[in-house]
Amino acid sequence: MSQPQMRRAIESGVPDNRQFLHPLLIKNYGNWKYHDRPRPGVLHHVSHSGDEVWTVRAGTQRQMDVFTIRKLCDIADRFAESHVRFTIRSNIEFMVSSFAKVGPLIQELEASGFPVGGTGNSVSMIAHTQGWLHCDIPGTDASGVVKALMDDLYDEFRREEMPNRVHMSTSCCEINCGGQADIAIIVQHTKPPKINHDLVANVCERPAVVARCPVAAIRPAMVNGKPSLEIDEKKCMCCGACYPPCPPMQINDPEYSKLAIWVGGKNSNARAKPTFMKMVAAGLPNNPPRWPEVSEVVKRILHAYKSDARAWERMSDWIERIGWPRFFEKTELPFTKYLIDDWRGARANLNASTHIRF
Amino acid sequence: MAKKAYPTPMLDQLEGGPWPSFVTGLKRLAEDKDYVVDLLGQLELSYKTRKGYWKGGTVGVFGYGGGVIPRFTEAKDENNKPLFPAAAEFHTLRVMPPAGMHYNTDVLRKMADIWEKHGSGLIAFHGQSGDIMFQGVTSENVQPAFDAINELGFDLGGAGPAVRTSMSCVGAARCEQSCYDEATAHRTIINSFLDDIHRPSLPYKFKFKFSGCPNDCMNSIQRADLAIIGTWRDNIRTDEVLAKKWFAKHGMNELVNDVVARCPTKAIQLKEIKDLKAGGTVSAVAVNDTHGLEIDNRDCVRCMQCINVMTGALAPGKDKGATILCGGKRTLKIGDLMGTVVVPFMKLESDEDREKLVELGHQIIDFFAENALEHERTGEMIERIGIVNFLEALGIDVDPNMVAAPRTNPYVRTDGWDEEVAKINAKKKVA
Repeated sequence: MSQPQMRRAIESGVPDNRQFLHPLLIKNYGNWKYHDRPRPGVLHHVSHSGDEVWTVRAGTQRQMDVFTIRKLCDIADRFAESHVRFTIRSNIEFMVSSFAKVGPLIQELEASGFPVGGTGNSVSMIAHTQGWLHCDIPGTDASGVVKALMDDLYDEFRREEMPNRVHMSTSCCEINCGGQADIAIIVQHTKPPKINHDLVANVCERPAVVARCPVAAIRPAMVNGKPSLEIDEKKCMCCGACYPPCPPMQINDPEYSKLAIWVGGKNSNARAKPTFMKMVAAGLPNNPPRWPEVSEVVKRILHAYKSDARAWERMSDWIERIGWPRFFEKTELPFTKYLIDDWRGARANLNASTHIRF
Repeated sequence: MAKKAYPTPMLDQLEGGPWPSFVTGLKRLAEDKDYVVDLLGQLELSYKTRKGYWKGGTVGVFGYGGGVIPRFTEAKDENNKPLFPAAAEFHTLRVMPPAGMHYNTDVLRKMADIWEKHGSGLIAFHGQSGDIMFQGVTSENVQPAFDAINELGFDLGGAGPAVRTSMSCVGAARCEQSCYDEATAHRTIINSFLDDIHRPSLPYKFKFKFSGCPNDCMNSIQRADLAIIGTWRDNIRTDEVLAKKWFAKHGMNELVNDVVARCPTKAIQLKEIKDLKAGGTVSAVAVNDTHGLEIDNRDCVRCMQCINVMTGALAPGKDKGATILCGGKRTLKIGDLMGTVVVPFMKLESDEDREKLVELGHQIIDFFAENALEHERTGEMIERIGIVNFLEALGIDVDPNMVAAPRTNPYVRTDGWDEEVAKINAKKKVA
């Protein structure tokens, strides 16, 4: 029997986006003059040529079934002009050439269950990861946490009432695929991995696993006559870096894998330089299906920020002005010793001054 | 009609509430597919036990070494039989999006049809690297699914130790802040690395990201090994009509507190009209009959704040290009790193300009391939060897724009000082 002929891939790479662009976007490419926002969820761009385009932005669940995709396409064909794009936060945008189309489009989107918003000073959709749905190393779910939180933050998505934009992310392990954000929710393991010594020799490339540990807590060892690995549990800080290259080193635990909250990450260069986020709470339980304890802390931080920050202050700018003591006071979060950095470069995070707000 | 659904009391609680529910979407797919019935069964089990049940493996398409994320179930009974057999294989195809993530409904409908036929019917727009994630396909269907997607004009993205899928902002297509043609740069660079995307053989992943201005909507500074962020060298442009319109609406308090006071380098001053002077490196614009703004562009760090507040009234200059930063990444293994400047300014207007960026990318990746340790990101490699060694290998001259401040310790041998000064002077003479 002859081998079936295999199809050779066309290594076409990134497709040309011009075939998908709205005609007005092609016509005015690189020639836009300014934009404004007639209402939350709507952008109005004006070109040097005088052309105008309106964009209506709506939230999605990111993990979309084909029926949802077709529903969005039906809306785009009937109420918009069949050209859409997605933002980095999985919002969908519909571009239209006349303001008259904006109202009916918004009405149809909201009637179909897609909230219109996510622009300007709103809480936009949460950047997230795969979680239990598809990841091989997740400490928790992603889509579920996001769904539960966005239900709670629904009004903040549809309004522009925050001092500045609020970007959030969730990550189901400490690798933090969700990335830097004004508020981030990240798994924080609290116990060293449990090793299945029967499997290590067959599954793991041991030197690679030893090299992967940030604190050199892993060493090769013979256990029950089998080559395996052992952990210096006093050194181990439970980051889980050994788990992906060596699944028998199980780091996830239903009880001891907790959630931590981080604040003040910012990628934009606007005002201050970009900033890393800082851990402000930990030890929250991994509590599906709606993670109410996480939601409570997130809302508390958002409330303090909303009521106290000045116009254009991102989370990091606000904290820079009021200082960390007042942040913990206003959010009523406990400042514990675990929040004081002891990793490399940690002294840069100490207060080497007499700058103290009384 | 698919088989009967498992009870999913926990997931059911994610159907309530106003935000669109992925559970409702999965249940709709489960009406037709046993595949998704079993996926929901396993996901409910995860919710109950708070454990994940997927493991990796090796699955690919003919001719490529990456781009497919293999997933096999580990939810098994005492006889090692899958508890949810229909969803025992649930792989993902990572597919590269067009720059700016623009689509028309025709291509989205075709993607939906392909995935309904060959896969689970679940598609994520988009993953954190920017891929369209076609989630859920059996090993057997990976090839036909890819063939159909590939025939549609799309290609697999990166996975593992490879150049990864890239992202670019909406950019010149619909944003007045765009400082270069992000889409063309994105496509030109990435399509010059297809071999390194499809056949993973680097020490670890390598990511490019393209943002059209310093607002960095693609988060490139902390997510990309090489961040290409738009900027400009000449004066901020002004538009008096829009400035007056803005002021009439927002008033003096907002002008002072949100624009003048928030300038990080105090490059903006509020002045009375009689003192307002434009020219040279100074931009100036009246906001009403008595007052105006004066910006000394030599002090401006192109942060975007004033332009974001008064869009159109203030705008990036005309001598545009990009700043290139290298080494951004998240936690593992040494901690978070932002990208840092390796090229303060580069024009990106012509094919020739973009060719220089392609060359720089290839130079950096060649050096990375030869010098990084296994599983070491570019930023970690630079941290280990020192940025001066990295720059010397690339033939890039040091520049004070690359540092926040000169060194604060004396622990360096400076016996080559005179030679370095002589080299710099010689270069100055040639220029």
